[in-house]
Amino acid sequence: MLHFKSRRGASRRHFLKHLAAGAAWAGPAAHFLSTLQSQAAELKKNQKSVILLWMGGGPATIDIWDLKPGAITGGPFNPIGTSGDPQICEHLPKMAQQMHHMSIVRSMSTREADHSRGRYYMHTGFVPNPSVDHPSYGAVVAHQLEQTRPNLEIPPFVSVGGNSTGPGFLGLAYAPFIVDSNGRIRDLEMKTTESRWRARMQFLNQLESQFISQNRGPATTEHRKMLEKTNRLLTSTQMEAFRIDGEAQSVREAYGNTAFGRGCLMARRLVEVGVPFVEVDLGGWDTHSDNFNQLATKLPEMDQAMAALVADLSERGMLDQVALLWMGEFGRTPRINGNTGRDHWARSWSAVVGGAGFQRGIAVGKTNSDGTEVETTPYSSEDLMATVLQSIGISLDTRFTAANGRPMKIAGGGRPIKELLA
Amino acid sequence: MNAPLPLTRCPLHRTVIFAVAAISIIVFLSWSASADTAISTANQDPVAHLDALMRTHWEENEISPSSAATEGEWCRRVFLDVIGRIPTLDELDTYLNDNSGDKKSRLVDRLLSDQYSEAYTRNWANIWTNVLIGRSGGSERNSRTNRRGMQVYLEEAFGENRPYDQVVTELINARGTSRPPTASDAAPDFNGAVNFLAMKLGNNPNDPEYGTQATAKTSQIFLGRRVQCTQCHDHPFNRWKQNQFWEFNAFFRQTVALRRFEGGRNIAFIQLAEQDFQGPTGEPEEAEIFYDRRNGVRMAAYPVFTDRDGAQTELARSGFVEDVDRRAQLASLVRRSGYLPEALVNRYWAHFFSHGFTQPFDDMGPHNLPSHPDILQYLSEQFVASGYDLKQLIRGITLSEAYGLSSRLGAHNEADDPALGEAPLFSRFYPRQMRAEQLYDSLLIATRADKTGQTTADQERKRAEWLRQFVIAFGTDENDEKSTFNGTIPQVLSLFNGDLIQQSIDAESGSFLGEVIRDGELTPREKMDCLFLAAFSRKSSAKERRWANRAFANHESATAAFQDVWWTLLNTNEFILNH
Repeated sequence: MLHFKSRRGASRRHFLKHLAAGAAWAGPAAHFLSTLQSQAAELKKNQKSVILLWMGGGPATIDIWDLKPGAITGGPFNPIGTSGDPQICEHLPKMAQQMHHMSIVRSMSTREADHSRGRYYMHTGFVPNPSVDHPSYGAVVAHQLEQTRPNLEIPPFVSVGGNSTGPGFLGLAYAPFIVDSNGRIRDLEMKTTESRWRARMQFLNQLESQFISQNRGPATTEHRKMLEKTNRLLTSTQMEAFRIDGEAQSVREAYGNTAFGRGCLMARRLVEVGVPFVEVDLGGWDTHSDNFNQLATKLPEMDQAMAALVADLSERGMLDQVALLWMGEFGRTPRINGNTGRDHWARSWSAVVGGAGFQRGIAVGKTNSDGTEVETTPYSSEDLMATVLQSIGISLDTRFTAANGRPMKIAGGGRPIKELLA
Repeated sequence: MNAPLPLTRCPLHRTVIFAVAAISIIVFLSWSASADTAISTANQDPVAHLDALMRTHWEENEISPSSAATEGEWCRRVFLDVIGRIPTLDELDTYLNDNSGDKKSRLVDRLLSDQYSEAYTRNWANIWTNVLIGRSGGSERNSRTNRRGMQVYLEEAFGENRPYDQVVTELINARGTSRPPTASDAAPDFNGAVNFLAMKLGNNPNDPEYGTQATAKTSQIFLGRRVQCTQCHDHPFNRWKQNQFWEFNAFFRQTVALRRFEGGRNIAFIQLAEQDFQGPTGEPEEAEIFYDRRNGVRMAAYPVFTDRDGAQTELARSGFVEDVDRRAQLASLVRRSGYLPEALVNRYWAHFFSHGFTQPFDDMGPHNLPSHPDILQYLSEQFVASGYDLKQLIRGITLSEAYGLSSRLGAHNEADDPALGEAPLFSRFYPRQMRAEQLYDSLLIATRADKTGQTTADQERKRAEWLRQFVIAFGTDENDEKSTFNGTIPQVLSLFNGDLIQQSIDAESGSFLGEVIRDGELTPREKMDCLFLAAFSRKSSAKERRWANRAFANHESATAAFQDVWWTLLNTNEFILNH
């Protein structure tokens, strides 16, 4: 059924204004409010979620999390001490204060060094395969945790910036809902009356069902699911989570007035209302030339936003519920090329995790003296994904049934990284 | 069944009957002429031969195809796929009331004739612009490519149905400037075709990464071979080796894309030109490029083209343009390549059937063998024999039995479901989302915005703006991007509340809806049928009219009720899917 859930956009905002002013609104509103409050309390107890900080383009982790000072591959940056065990790049002074909440995996070793293949592989735990469209992290987590939040009215997988990959065989209902970092969502305002909207939905529901019943395949049912989701979202007060201008000035300043800063703040607001998976993009890491100058301007933006997010989650008591994951599609060559750049490199690189059920403040794995080889057990995308899923309590025995009827192991059958799980 | 609706009484229809009749005579003549020169290598009618091949596959897989699509469904489908929009009521009516035995081929020929030249040209120029420079190419700040310039070239090429092999040659070998003439710039060296490579090359051919995008895209788009990953290592699944990537890349090293500025650092246009290539060691007589093996060993590469079955053509190693013009050579090697026709046929088949003979259609090779090699080969041969005639190919595909099948599952083809990861058997039509462009242009038919006296430039600007909201660029060196017009929430929101839909349900005079509502000669039921025919290419059923009556019974006016019917139809799966 397509439910009509009352109240169009204009009056919703009006309604919220009243709430903010403390005006009383008897009946349904009061009921609504109490639901929201109990929901928030429950979330703080046991609603897990994941925030993925996606570094599009493939960051030079050898200059960020696993420095090689003195090596010919090392570059000009110096390592600094942190509140955890590992040392990190001098351009991350704020993160250095938060590293007791985070851990570095320095032994990532993957095979895909092409952007689109790497993005797919790191997002799904599977290498691209023409006959199966695999679900991405966000879709898997949304699919697994959705049942635990019956009151969630907004999409369970939000991508701030849109660099994510799709829901694969789990279907469009688990597709990323893509917003820009300003949280602007087009065409949210219903341009008609409530009663006319309701009538349209009634007729639309009948026509949709009729066409679905004609047995024309999944595209017809997928369409109806999206109608339902969209209709629900139109009337939801949870949409306020996208509006970071509701935050105090001091909080916004802490995250930084950058696209990534706003995205990280929005991510916190979204997991607060119960969204199981939020992905925030920071692109521009494809530093084939002028790597070090580019990093010197890029890292501070990342440092401020990421550190503010970790600190904020920690202060709000949410860090045990929220798994954080920082990664790109691959690392970059230890060798510095003729343009002072670094090229694509998947064989030895770093990812960072934190919060949730992770062991924190450590570095797992080790690369050799010039960063070209992993010297300890190498970890794959599958292993990293299995670790993240386990950190929020998703069973690795979960099996999906792919569209072709074949059972498919969650996280590509990866094995969790033991040292990382507390 | 419903009683037949006197369609001639629908608005939109009355004035053009004469024109349609007149044009179809001309079309028929041109069609007869082209039939002589057409596909003639097989004695049999090529469409019949294609059908026979396809039927053998169905038999081998022990399935029977779905029944044929209704006439309305087929008509809607072929309009969407060939000219990029749904048919108007008139166009639908002309087809449905054509009683000739070859009405299908008459319609396809009409769509490929001068009558629809503008719509056909625009549709395919848009499709190919997206292929060649991406959906966002040219709209980035200070872009190195000129989107309009690309379109100008493609409109010229598709407008005259230029042979495909010639188009490919012109794109690969383009020289000149990227920006079309403007009021202040006559642009004497303008050649829109340069825009394909303009964003994929730079001005320093000694950069070790120079032209990797030109290499990857040229191979993927024209040869159906994805070689990106062989830039760094041998392909894990097929026979492409790393040296072949760089040997291909070496063909682009004499070419520079020079930026021409205006007003400080703003790129005015790009000039694509050849210059002698020295090579990193400064020895133009033997101008090599270097690449690194994964084990760190540095290797040299020279221009060598590896074709189908491993056949190789090696150029002289000189970097002097006067000795050997590498890009001109590449253009002619690609033109003669055995990969060229099959890559194009696979691309076009995927356009019409939503799945190619390989998935994805532009990743062919020993690691990804075609599901219907015989059909791919046959169509490729026909395509070459026709002189790389794209319209002939479209004709053959759209008139095939498979393209005319219903999208409803039959009793004996449940197994044919590519959504299950199985290779498609084409025993039914797979419904697919309209592309954003198709929706926009179809809604224009509904709003008649094209008749409101706006200039073409204004219309194009609005259209481009609307389309841009759905494009996300990933910002990598490969210009990866995707469209959010993919059935997810932003698309649904746009159809629920967006400006375009608001215009569509405008009931003012001059709008389609307004004319239907105000037409005194139409009964309410006929008005309903007009809306259903426009949206779905079929009439309303009694049940549907009952549903609408019940839903909208309490509306303040009949106008409001019809507006809401129209809004609802445009938001259904039946409308948004090409089925």
